[in-house]
Amino acid sequence: MTPELLTWLIPLPPILAFAVIVLLTHRSNRLSHTLAVGAMFVSWGLAMTVFWAAITTPELGQRPFASSIDWLPSGVEALRIGILIDPLSAITLFFVAWTCLAIFVYSIGYHNYGKPRDPADRAGLPPHKGGIEPMYARFFAFISLFAFGMLTLVISDNLLLLFVGWEIMGLCSYLLIGFWYGKDSAKKAMVKAFITTRVGDVFMLLGIAYLYSATGTLNYREILFNEEVLHSLAEAPSGVLGMSAAGLIGLLLFLGTVGKSAQWPLHVWLPDAMEGPTPVSAMIHAATMVSAGVYFAVRFFPLLTAGWAEGEPLTVTMRVVAFIGAFTALFASTIALAQRDIKRVLAYSTISQLGYMVAAVGIGAYVAAAFHLVTHAFFKALLFLGSGSVIHGMQHGLAASSKNAAQAMPGREGPAGVHEAHAHVDAQDMFNMGGLRRKMPRTFVTFVIGGFALAGFPLLTAGFWSKDEILADAFTNGHLAVFLTLAAAALLTAFYTMRQITLTFLGEPRTEAARHAHESTATMTVPLLVLAVFSVAAGWVGIPESWTGGRVPNWFHSFVGGTLLEHPPAAPFHWAPLLTSVGVSLGGLLLGWLVYRRVAAGAPDPARKPLGFVYTVLERKYGFDEFYDWAFVRPAYWFAETFSYLWIDRGVIDGILHAVARIALRLGSIFRNYFDKPVVNGLMGDGTASVVKWAGRQLRAVQTGRVQQYLIAGLIVTGILLSYVLVVRP
Amino acid sequence: MIPLSWFLILAAALFSIGLYGVLARRNAVAILMGIELMLNAVNLNLVAFWRYVAPGSIAGQAFAVMVFAVAASEAAVGLALILSIYRQRSTVAAEEINLLKW
Repeated sequence: MTPELLTWLIPLPPILAFAVIVLLTHRSNRLSHTLAVGAMFVSWGLAMTVFWAAITTPELGQRPFASSIDWLPSGVEALRIGILIDPLSAITLFFVAWTCLAIFVYSIGYHNYGKPRDPADRAGLPPHKGGIEPMYARFFAFISLFAFGMLTLVISDNLLLLFVGWEIMGLCSYLLIGFWYGKDSAKKAMVKAFITTRVGDVFMLLGIAYLYSATGTLNYREILFNEEVLHSLAEAPSGVLGMSAAGLIGLLLFLGTVGKSAQWPLHVWLPDAMEGPTPVSAMIHAATMVSAGVYFAVRFFPLLTAGWAEGEPLTVTMRVVAFIGAFTALFASTIALAQRDIKRVLAYSTISQLGYMVAAVGIGAYVAAAFHLVTHAFFKALLFLGSGSVIHGMQHGLAASSKNAAQAMPGREGPAGVHEAHAHVDAQDMFNMGGLRRKMPRTFVTFVIGGFALAGFPLLTAGFWSKDEILADAFTNGHLAVFLTLAAAALLTAFYTMRQITLTFLGEPRTEAARHAHESTATMTVPLLVLAVFSVAAGWVGIPESWTGGRVPNWFHSFVGGTLLEHPPAAPFHWAPLLTSVGVSLGGLLLGWLVYRRVAAGAPDPARKPLGFVYTVLERKYGFDEFYDWAFVRPAYWFAETFSYLWIDRGVIDGILHAVARIALRLGSIFRNYFDKPVVNGLMGDGTASVVKWAGRQLRAVQTGRVQQYLIAGLIVTGILLSYVLVVRP
Repeated sequence: MIPLSWFLILAAALFSIGLYGVLARRNAVAILMGIELMLNAVNLNLVAFWRYVAPGSIAGQAFAVMVFAVAASEAAVGLALILSIYRQRSTVAAEEINLLKW
């Protein structure tokens, strides 16, 4: 079979699994997860086959796997959908397939498959004593649909199909963040995520429409691989702020990325999205959704950078992109410093790392952005799944410790009091953990690998190579502000990563729950191991050639660089960025360990005192939630409730309706009382009837029934007529 | 020869007696007899006019014969009806035969 055909088939198994689970097999947990994981496995196999075909094809950038069909006739032309596997989509496909498969397998263990259903568990709430998830089959249906959306997006050869996949993922993120819809916070988070990303999507749709009206096509190759189109777009004025058409379109499309990849100022939804089950967090944060945003930005790199050449000053659009990326990277990493929830730290770290990639796109470091996208997907999926494993272990520990405590002193306090005492232990709060390295060795080792990759631990980890490449690019091309911001963010990243590892795994257990925690099942730890391998090995494909003196070619650079019309040059070697990235990584890790290695049970964060007011600000996330609440949510509510509902709807529209109704009523009663009743009823209806009745009564007397009387009458009339004819007339 | 007017006066007298009988009698048989008188008064007229005005034509006699036939059948049907009513209601008074009245 040709790679084109195989590529068409890649997204199909998950959508079929989704349909079959929803329609037929949702009553059987075993069948549902077998279907979902099996379908993902088939997709993974297809994706790997296509990936292998792609990397063994020379000059793939010039001759990608592409095929398309007419889809939507629109006037003269028809919108075409199709598939395109060029180097960029090939590597994206690679990591998406791997991470999705790992997450699917992990979900089986995470949702306690094989345990009996706890009768106290309710659908829409997380199982609280380790029973199987009540909506187990539904979960697998949703993540199958999610995987379908992402795979569609990746293999698409045009913006329209990409947008379709994009929106399917938007829907799935909504459904999955609110998977435990019984929790109020989850309900709010799902709406928040959906609406916030919608803001970005509206602008993105505007960008798509503008692009289509300007070029008449939405196909990547025809726009991005076409010097003429790019040139004419870069020359054409847009009429807005003196930007070129390419600049404005790029900016609009980039706003879609800002929403989907949770860049400042639309970053607020992502930390709240932690309300979903942990595999979902991994799915959204690593494998699919936010990566889709960056993938999109990288994909549209030629358009974003239209009118810019290597070594020239950045265009307005690129400046905006670089600023937002770098600012987000630093901004989110500072917030991560003060979070207590293990998943929230990772959420802000995701925002921060995505900022890195966006900044890399902004400064023209195309390959570096794609590289970091890949490595980040692996180690962030690993970290999320690892944190899920930790939370899982903690919850088991929580259940076990409360049982033990209840048995130890049955008479005196009673189970209710014990339950009370343990109800406040948050299984996600890192300050309740500690010492888990002994209880959960596999999770510990893989988490450390993921964390070190995130921190950019030199030489060994994938994160180092990709992050270093971004920093090197920023430095050698003279974008010092971006370089310094990103370096500061890297320092903070290493710091909060080590803080997380130290608080969670090192030291002594700080609660009973941590003391009783235990390792998760194999379906959870095996995906961790697989992802850990990639978190290390994925970096080796992109080692700069200057390091090895050209003996080992930088495969990633030459492969992915082929996606562009002109191969971007690799950044020349320089000691400054290398030393910086090694320094901030090791320094941050060391600092984090030093500060947090001895945190006693119940003690506050050691960073709270020295940072003081700043810590509170960070803990409150700079008050962005409150600000948006004040600036957008409340006005929207006010607008809806007071203005739209009370004033416009109840006041004006209902008022008009009521006035019309009242006038009609009044008119009706006038007609009734002054026309219908007297004229129609009285005069015409009853009048005619009573006249006829009266006449009938009067004339009734004539009809005696006696023939003789009739004859007399006839005789009289005849007499009169005869006398008229005989006497009067002649 | 007896002048025509005498016949006419006799016929008019007969007709008036018959008419009076029809209008004033309550007994249905008497009413029928009144009708018979009126018909015969007309016959008298017809024959008288034939003889005095157009003796060459046969029309007057033929008319009179026709009227006899009609009068006979009328009397037969009428008497049969009266008999039938009498059997049903034991009366032949005209105003009491009021089944079809409202």
